[in-house]
Amino acid sequence: MNPAVLIASVYVFALAAFLGYQVISRVPPLLHTPLMSATNAISGISLIGSLVLAGAMKNQPSAHILGFVAVTAATINVVGGFGITDRMLKMFGKRKAEAKPDAKEAAK
Amino acid sequence: MSLTSYFMEATYLIASILFILALKGMSHPETARRGMFMAEAGMLAAIVGTLVGTEIVTWVWIIAGLTLGSAIGAWMAVSVPMTAMPQRTALSHAFGALAAALVGVGEFLVHAQEMTVVTRGALGFEVMLGALTTTGSLIAAGKLQGFIAGKPIQFRGQNAVNLAVALAMIGCFVYFWIHPENVAVFYTMLGMAFVFGIMLVIPIGSADMPVVMSLLNSYAGLAAAATGFVLQNNVLIIAGTLDGFSGFILSVLMCKAMNRSITNVLFGGFGSVIAEAGSATAGGVMREISLDDAAMQLAFANRVVFVPGYGLATAQAQHACRELGELLEGRGVTVKYAIHPVAGRMPGHMNVLLAEANVPYSALYEMEQINPEFPSTDVAVVIGANDVVNPDARDNPKSLIAGMPILEVDRAKSVIVLKRGQGRGFSGLENPLFFKPCTTMLYGDAKSSLSHLAQAVQHV
Repeated sequence: MNPAVLIASVYVFALAAFLGYQVISRVPPLLHTPLMSATNAISGISLIGSLVLAGAMKNQPSAHILGFVAVTAATINVVGGFGITDRMLKMFGKRKAEAKPDAKEAAK
Repeated sequence: MSLTSYFMEATYLIASILFILALKGMSHPETARRGMFMAEAGMLAAIVGTLVGTEIVTWVWIIAGLTLGSAIGAWMAVSVPMTAMPQRTALSHAFGALAAALVGVGEFLVHAQEMTVVTRGALGFEVMLGALTTTGSLIAAGKLQGFIAGKPIQFRGQNAVNLAVALAMIGCFVYFWIHPENVAVFYTMLGMAFVFGIMLVIPIGSADMPVVMSLLNSYAGLAAAATGFVLQNNVLIIAGTLDGFSGFILSVLMCKAMNRSITNVLFGGFGSVIAEAGSATAGGVMREISLDDAAMQLAFANRVVFVPGYGLATAQAQHACRELGELLEGRGVTVKYAIHPVAGRMPGHMNVLLAEANVPYSALYEMEQINPEFPSTDVAVVIGANDVVNPDARDNPKSLIAGMPILEVDRAKSVIVLKRGQGRGFSGLENPLFFKPCTTMLYGDAKSSLSHLAQAVQHV
């Protein structure tokens, strides 16, 4: 890795950390479980690294096998994580009509 | 750069933006679901971009992995009950971390010799964090599911052993950093990280699980971010960092809610020491209340606050609780639910359980919101909660849980405690709340007590 790329990566990391802090501290405790399962699903993005390992290495059968396991694990995370997050959020959405004005306060 | 690589990079950029917008949507229940659709679209874009932009030589393993993973993932998404959400999330941290660790091992197999020092450092981090999170999360999931005893597992010299394992792992990491050609050292590091993950979680009791879950969440995210450094892939860095920081913030919140430091949770072994310092203040008798009297009290109250604890979830009493709440509301009683941050086994767990039982989220109140309202509350109903309503935490500086923020139930005009028996709570501490003159006890299984109460209220 040349220094310029490294520095750019560190910038991305630092900015993402800052942004993450800002965005996530606004999530109400009400939604902390869906938040955890959602960020977990999002971190299943390591799937794209797994895909490369499973399919793009020439003449590397052991890499393919490792990649296969990694793709499976990451896909479980992505599909299961998004699926279950949606199931939870659906429950919070229902009986919206009965929501009292307090709901708006919670958004602040 | 070829056209397809530009396309791939573009999808990564779009995915990063969509992920951030998705988390922003999480700030309110009304927008959260829409946000998740954005995250899903982002994920799909990144996958398609990768498959288009990379020269794929063999599709077999990719298709096999995607199919198998989707099948298992979809099955988990549909079948896991909400009470098992902590286990599922822990398991999912294990899968995410395993993927990151395996990608690291794969990179080592293929590119070890061409790596620069920096990449190798990132690779070491990725593999270590990934491996220890994998085994740590599996142990956490086992404890939550009950496969492994939920009580802390401790032995003499445990911290020394842990330290030795950690040092061995870090030693291997440093050696690998300098001498990447030594394959054995790399695999020893991997093995040590697996062992360290186990050692880190076995001494921690079930009550501390909210902190451990958040920490493992953070580690899994950071492992993904380290993968991004190794592969020089920004979307991995961004998504991993967001996950890592989310877990970190939650860990801090959970620690605050228990008034403990992270080091204390990891190395303290809280559950094993039962000091008797606080028990002197408690004393007297617990007054039992009959079902009919309790129903009468509830039916003629103006304001009722339910305080659910983990006992409610283990008794599967959420629905019975909501039914009673609705009956009372039908009689014109104002019903609210007070949720302590560590009421469940993971952050926000209790909210999900009550939402599943159709309690509208506008009736769920956080600790800070509800505490000022207790003095004007006629009846507070404590269901399967103990330590989070223990006034000793506030009043008795000698208590083991001194300083832990509590729901100030003891300030309500009267308190009904639903409890299995006269035993102590999870931490083994005496709870003076139970001996207060305003408190009455209703013994029995939470679910049947609540449904009997509901019947009794109907006949009042």
